[in-house]
Amino acid sequence: MTDLYGLLIEPWIAYGFMGRALVACLALSLGCGSIGIFLVLRRMSLMGDAMSHAILPGAALGYLAAGFSLWSMSLGGLIVGLTVAILAGVVSRVTALKEDASLAGFYLMSLAVGVLIISKYGSNIDLLHVLFGTILAVDTPSLLLVSGIATVTLLTLAVIYRPLICECFDPGFLRTMGGGGSLFHIIFLILVVLNLVAGFQALGTLMAVGLMMLPAAAARLWATEVWSLCLVATAIAFLSSMAGLLISFHVNLPSGPSIILVASLAYLGSILFGRNGGLVKRYFPQPHYHHRHQGG
Amino acid sequence: MTMKGIRLDDLTVSFDREPAVHHVSGTFAGGSMTAIVGPNGAGKSTLLKAMVGIVEPDQGRVVLEGLSRAELGYLPQLAEVDRSFPITVSDAVGLGLWHRIGLFRAMTGGEGAIVKAALQTVGLEAMAKRSIGALSVGQFQRLLFARLIVQDPQVLLLDEPFAALDERTTGDLLGLVLDWHRQGRTVIAVLHELDQVEAHFPACLLMAREPIAWGSTASVLTPANLRKARGLAQDRPGEAKAALPAMAAELS
Repeated sequence: MTDLYGLLIEPWIAYGFMGRALVACLALSLGCGSIGIFLVLRRMSLMGDAMSHAILPGAALGYLAAGFSLWSMSLGGLIVGLTVAILAGVVSRVTALKEDASLAGFYLMSLAVGVLIISKYGSNIDLLHVLFGTILAVDTPSLLLVSGIATVTLLTLAVIYRPLICECFDPGFLRTMGGGGSLFHIIFLILVVLNLVAGFQALGTLMAVGLMMLPAAAARLWATEVWSLCLVATAIAFLSSMAGLLISFHVNLPSGPSIILVASLAYLGSILFGRNGGLVKRYFPQPHYHHRHQGG
Repeated sequence: MTMKGIRLDDLTVSFDREPAVHHVSGTFAGGSMTAIVGPNGAGKSTLLKAMVGIVEPDQGRVVLEGLSRAELGYLPQLAEVDRSFPITVSDAVGLGLWHRIGLFRAMTGGEGAIVKAALQTVGLEAMAKRSIGALSVGQFQRLLFARLIVQDPQVLLLDEPFAALDERTTGDLLGLVLDWHRQGRTVIAVLHELDQVEAHFPACLLMAREPIAWGSTASVLTPANLRKARGLAQDRPGEAKAALPAMAAELS
């Protein structure tokens, strides 16, 4: 028992940085789990990935302006992320380009600018911090930021839950009910960028989107309603973070990739064993029920 | 019957400046039951979408006479709904309560009973808790009809309500449409089967972007009018998908 205690419990208690990392991961999972589900349902999985790259120059500019400051880097990331999302949306409406193509254009532009700024003005250590995050160095202000973002995300999702679902399921119906579809779309985009900024503190720009998409894609193979999908995704995200942190602690691996790799395992496991369309279920079906007919 | 109709004033809707609906004027009178027919690409669905406000006209207007937006009920084509979306049958039907409960309020017991009754009417009560992904095409169309029943609209705009349905489902759903008409509601349906139109729809609008004839079904569905509709469709190279097979059959 003492071994298990030392393996699974002690690190969180004995080491302050591990405890804070765990709390940060809980907050991240609460926001990212549900956001990821809506990205999957809206067929915007790759959009999350593109956006996570797009926020890089914002963070870099924030770094230039105020050094390695959490708030300035987050604010920069937020502003640039939203600009890219809105520009891409506008361009797709006024030109022949579809939204994914215009987004790809803007995010690549943004990413190149970001890398340029960092390699020109920052040391390589900083570049590594931005790319891979610093979950083990999370301090109290970062914790406040990440949990604040999780709170705002969950409250906002609760408010726009119904129209958001309706807009994914049957957009025409929402239009006939008086519309507002684009408003909810923009609110949702803001939430996506906010959560990427939060994840970027902990996991870095490259990995932030992983905690959003992998649990969401995995959850799709287990649950069949939006609320249960969100719960499953949040749980997978948190358990992956926990396991990833423990592995990185005991085996001395970088924490961000460890977390994302555990989430990937959950994803692969779900593809195999998922109750709702997993491979095993699909190709090795159980015999179906034979109901006894009642009456004539 | 009160004057609860929809008037079209010189309505034109276009995509990339190419008109899909061209200078359509006329009135769907309150309590009337009209079929909209025409060749593929004739702008029938676009006309419905303009009436419910999904697409904006770029000329002319749609006037709701004695009606509010909330009194229109729209049945989309099946392809426009995400049938793999993770939502239960009763929740999907519950969306029809939108105008009663808005964005935030929870359903009351009474409203739950409305949903249940609608599911019973379309014969889906046993599927209430299932995910919509488990429904067949016919069952899914029953679900959309149940949502319309819950919405309880004065005017029903139905886009190909019986497309790709088996005979029994078509019969059941057609029965619902006829009931709506009997209750004094206005019914406007885009249809393909001319036999169905002649048997059940007193009024008919034949269009090929422009209206060709609009009036009693017998006066509209004449060989001369159908030939004209087919001709207009074929006059537009690149988009002319010829006339409906059903129309060709009618002419021979």
